[in-house]
Amino acid sequence: MKKDQYILGIETSCDETAVAIIKNGREIIANVVASQIESHKRFGGVVPEIASRHHVEQMTIVLEEALNKASMTMNDIDAVAVTEGPGLVGALLVGVNAAKAIAFAHQKPLIGVHHIAGHIYANRLIKEMTFPSLALVVSGGHTELVYMKAHGDFEVIGETRDDAAGEAYDKVARVLNMPYPGGPHIDRLAHEGEATIKLPRAWLEEGSFDFSFSGLKSAVINTVHNAEQRGETILPEDLAASFQESVIEVLVTKTLKAVEAYDVKQLLLAGGVAANKGLRKALTETFKNKEEIDLVIPPLHLCTDNAAMIAAVGAIMFEKGMFSDMSMNANPGLDIQFQQ
Amino acid sequence: MKILAIDTSNFTLGIALVDDDKIIGEYITNIKKNHSVRVMPAIEMLLKDCDTLPQDIEKIVVAEGPGSYTGVRIGVTIAKTLAWTLNIPLSGVSSLAVLAASAGSYFNGVISPLFDARRGQIYTGLYQFQESRLLDLASDHLTLTVNWTQRLLNKEEPVLFVGNDLSIHKEQIKADLGDRAYFARVTEQNPRPSELAILGRDKEAVDIHNFVPNYIRLAEAEAKWIEATKGSKLQ
Ligand SMILES: [Zn+2]
Repeated sequence: MKKDQYILGIETSCDETAVAIIKNGREIIANVVASQIESHKRFGGVVPEIASRHHVEQMTIVLEEALNKASMTMNDIDAVAVTEGPGLVGALLVGVNAAKAIAFAHQKPLIGVHHIAGHIYANRLIKEMTFPSLALVVSGGHTELVYMKAHGDFEVIGETRDDAAGEAYDKVARVLNMPYPGGPHIDRLAHEGEATIKLPRAWLEEGSFDFSFSGLKSAVINTVHNAEQRGETILPEDLAASFQESVIEVLVTKTLKAVEAYDVKQLLLAGGVAANKGLRKALTETFKNKEEIDLVIPPLHLCTDNAAMIAAVGAIMFEKGMFSDMSMNANPGLDIQFQQ
Repeated sequence: MKILAIDTSNFTLGIALVDDDKIIGEYITNIKKNHSVRVMPAIEMLLKDCDTLPQDIEKIVVAEGPGSYTGVRIGVTIAKTLAWTLNIPLSGVSSLAVLAASAGSYFNGVISPLFDARRGQIYTGLYQFQESRLLDLASDHLTLTVNWTQRLLNKEEPVLFVGNDLSIHKEQIKADLGDRAYFARVTEQNPRPSELAILGRDKEAVDIHNFVPNYIRLAEAEAKWIEATKGSKLQ
């Protein structure tokens, strides 16, 4: 009988200090997330220096809580996986150095994980992956379509040329005077309004799977500005609904085209914006009658940043023996492709 | 007691392994290179060379700042994680105290260790050896060099200045304090990690989870926020 495999994951790329332990790549034993969002709210966004300071305050507390929840010691752990990048460099550094220290202290293998690979692998905690597979990754920093032929084989077939979808959400929320983080507010508001305002959709050139959201963001700002000048009022609910409709229509249409072009078996939703109700609903409806496509949408708590998803990638890299040494560094510009 | 001392708070990267009164090994570089890449390999190498396993370490001592925010955080994160996971005590020592101890033990006067903090400013404090113990006479703080020398003028004693950043402030200090200013020798300018270990050896252990670097300064955004909200309480 094969021995069970336990991976400890650490994630500190932005404003969550997270540690998780997962069994055999798929089963969550502990998943602890300490969010700093309340601290950053007063600044209207994540302040990198403050994020780094909070990570130092939280790191060992969160590590201890995860091991306690799992009723385990480091002796039970096979490897330590940590987010190597991309992300805020000062924030990443805390996780990377904690991971190195704990791996060194117990002489365990150290694994550096790509944050977006983590978001994609959050899906494997819900359902086993089948290949070829396509992941739609939407977050505050990313909007990408990633094609996968096998475990750890990532090919970015489309990405944003300017703003990430989540970024556009936050900027539009600011125009509508909503508190940070704006995404959930827009999503909620959109459900109360109607998409009556004409806003552009950026399709880009024929056949491209790339995205662009800066034109849409500008159109929203102009709409508000023009209405103010004419003394007209625009219902924020309607503006939110119109904006969300444009974003979702482009995301879903391009995803559907990519699913067909690459003939994939499985579609995975990933990233913080995957928590968006409008997007979840639109994808579910679009793929409802396509039984050949297995659509996987992770629960909300696995869409936002967590360490279980990092450990899930770590489990695959552990099998492949892809270890780092003590000179591993935080890499804010890390490429998603496994260095094999 | 085997102590591992870690200092990454400034340009000097220092690791020491000390056993009670014996300095077993020491690693120091003074170069502008990435601490994050180099600290753990340095610890790994030093322990290996000294035939010491992580489990043999009985205490961790770390330089807690002031210094580079990122640098201090790297050292403190590693120190906290090692101490917590090895279940051994941790002590933090001022990075300036380490510098003072590295040069001033035979000096008859007061010691002002310093790190440059840009725009004519320094991180400094005032220390003195009395009966071979290092005393802290003024808390570590951030000050303009000119303000600091004015303050020192009021003291009668000679002052020994220590630190690799002396070259930036030496002229100012000489101009203000004249022959009452002494400067440490070139071999004494690096903070010695073995001094860090000895200073931390007898210090009380901290609560590991709640231990944080001594940044001296608030983060810029936080300072501005407090200013804007007129000093309302930090959350
Ligand atoms: Zn993320």
